[in-house]
Amino acid sequence: MIRYSLTKLFYLVLSLWVLASVTFLLMKAIPGDPFMSEKAVPPEIRARLMAQYGLDKPLYEQYFVYLSNLAKGDLGISMKMQDREVGQTIRDAFPYSLKLGIVSIIVSVIIGIALGMVAALRHRKLLDSASMVIAVLGVSVPSFVLASFFQYIFGVKLKWLHVVGLNGPLDYIMPTLALSALPIAFIARLTRSSMLEVLTADYIKTAKAKGLSSGAIIRRHVLRNGILPVVTYLGPLTANVVTGSFIIEQIFGIGGLGKIFVTSISNRDYSLIMGITLFYGLILMCARFITDIAYGLIDPRITLVSRKEKAA
Amino acid sequence: MTTSHSSPADERALTPEDFRKANVNEHAAETIEQKGLSAWHEAWLRLLGNRVAMTALVFLLLIIVMAIIGPMLTPYDYYSNNLDQTNLPPSAEHWFGTDDLGRDMFARTWMGARISLIVGFSAAIINLVIGVIYGGVMGYIGGRLDEAMNKISEIIYSVPDLLVAILLVVVFEPSLGTIILALCVTGWINMSWIVRGQMMQLKNQEYALASRSLGSSGMRILFRHLLPNAMGPIIVTLTLAVPTAIFSEAVLSFLGLGVQSPAASWGTMINDALKTMIIYPWRLAFPALFISLMMLCFNLFGDGLRDALDPKMKK
Repeated sequence: MIRYSLTKLFYLVLSLWVLASVTFLLMKAIPGDPFMSEKAVPPEIRARLMAQYGLDKPLYEQYFVYLSNLAKGDLGISMKMQDREVGQTIRDAFPYSLKLGIVSIIVSVIIGIALGMVAALRHRKLLDSASMVIAVLGVSVPSFVLASFFQYIFGVKLKWLHVVGLNGPLDYIMPTLALSALPIAFIARLTRSSMLEVLTADYIKTAKAKGLSSGAIIRRHVLRNGILPVVTYLGPLTANVVTGSFIIEQIFGIGGLGKIFVTSISNRDYSLIMGITLFYGLILMCARFITDIAYGLIDPRITLVSRKEKAA
Repeated sequence: MTTSHSSPADERALTPEDFRKANVNEHAAETIEQKGLSAWHEAWLRLLGNRVAMTALVFLLLIIVMAIIGPMLTPYDYYSNNLDQTNLPPSAEHWFGTDDLGRDMFARTWMGARISLIVGFSAAIINLVIGVIYGGVMGYIGGRLDEAMNKISEIIYSVPDLLVAILLVVVFEPSLGTIILALCVTGWINMSWIVRGQMMQLKNQEYALASRSLGSSGMRILFRHLLPNAMGPIIVTLTLAVPTAIFSEAVLSFLGLGVQSPAASWGTMINDALKTMIIYPWRLAFPALFISLMMLCFNLFGDGLRDALDPKMKK
């Protein structure tokens, strides 16, 4: 177990290093330098500026400075908001995204598992079809379409909810649902197919033969084994919530990290883009790492070594 | 290792007289009354019987046809501004209305479909080619090489795809080409894993062994025997890769990283329409409706295809 975790940790660091190097190279691949847009800077001042940001050094030296700064958690200074540190910007904006993200993850898991369970227990009945219709719609309708649809119906037409902002608990309803639609659909399908498999397993028959009530069978046997695959989905789920937040925060006017990221894209604020990218990369890779470890801990059948065969 | 082909017949010359005709009609017993169906034909019949998948296919074909001929059906083009006819509701003149620059929404919607389809199919096909080659080599050769290549793909996969796509498009300026390329950086990995899994299963099958003992080269076995047998999962993955690419393109263009104006993309159109949603909801309705419909049809058709090609999977 420890060896497995360490290997996974090694790959986490390796992946982060790849992402950091790629962002560094991409940053350098952009034609021109950050001071191109400044109005007719005299060559001396320009040289000063380049020296101040360390841009006069050879590329490999810049690379090492960049990596060691990263290791210290220093993401540099925003290019468009000169006095703002990228790290500080992220710290200020992230809590909003985090709150929405956590609510969305919880909602996705609960509704997704519930839908999948209902579908599996009512296999080939009306409720099964209904849940699967919801699931396929959730996969198909892009979140921004869903979000604007909600806004139009509940915000503009019915005036039940605020169109934008995130001030009260009610304001979470629309962004959360729009953000969770895709993961709900995925989790519902996963749960359904894995529970259908479990329901035909021998130990369920044994449990029935023992005279266990169907409620107890579902709680103790079906659900426990059936939601195992959902754990593997936690990594991609986090990724969904993060990338979904770019759009959802934009649409609902939430000043979280996703919105800052989109603004930095349209401003072409490269250091901010790179900084947030790395931050997101770190979150997502950690989520995947935790998922891997959690799955190993939860499922006793997985002897962590044989995961390669499972992947195949 | 060489095997000698000498058989007993060479040593003891047999003449035709040594043989007697047996009076058994071997063919009568083995006559197959019904015409045999190939696995593909059977899958096709199953697909035809799947009403949901066939409906989805019909809608998809309609959208594809409209993406080709749609912009030509209206006298208006998708790029000309017409500032005294802005934000018109749908009418006999402008079937889907006009946008804030007076451009015809009908023409723009189908141009958007064209872009979505081009991006979706090109990205899926590029991913198919890379994924099949990479996955084929991994699964077929196996061993150390497989391990190393698999680790590389895992590392690439762990870098979030949409983030990489956004970075690439930011750096290399948005255009159809960069968007497609950006979607391919991580997109092929899923396909390569599917192919790898298939290869590992299939390479130990008897027919692969038979082909090898007949002296086939590795490439020949790979392309003539293994890949055709792995076609089912490959096609299903391909079908489901198209909507994924379309969705990513829509997200990119929604973020302002899509094809640049005046070219029309559904993501861009939806983003533009959002700002004036309260007053001009139809500007939002058409692109939103069609992108959802297209994604829905691809997903339903892909599901149907999976059920048809792999009936064991059906739950």
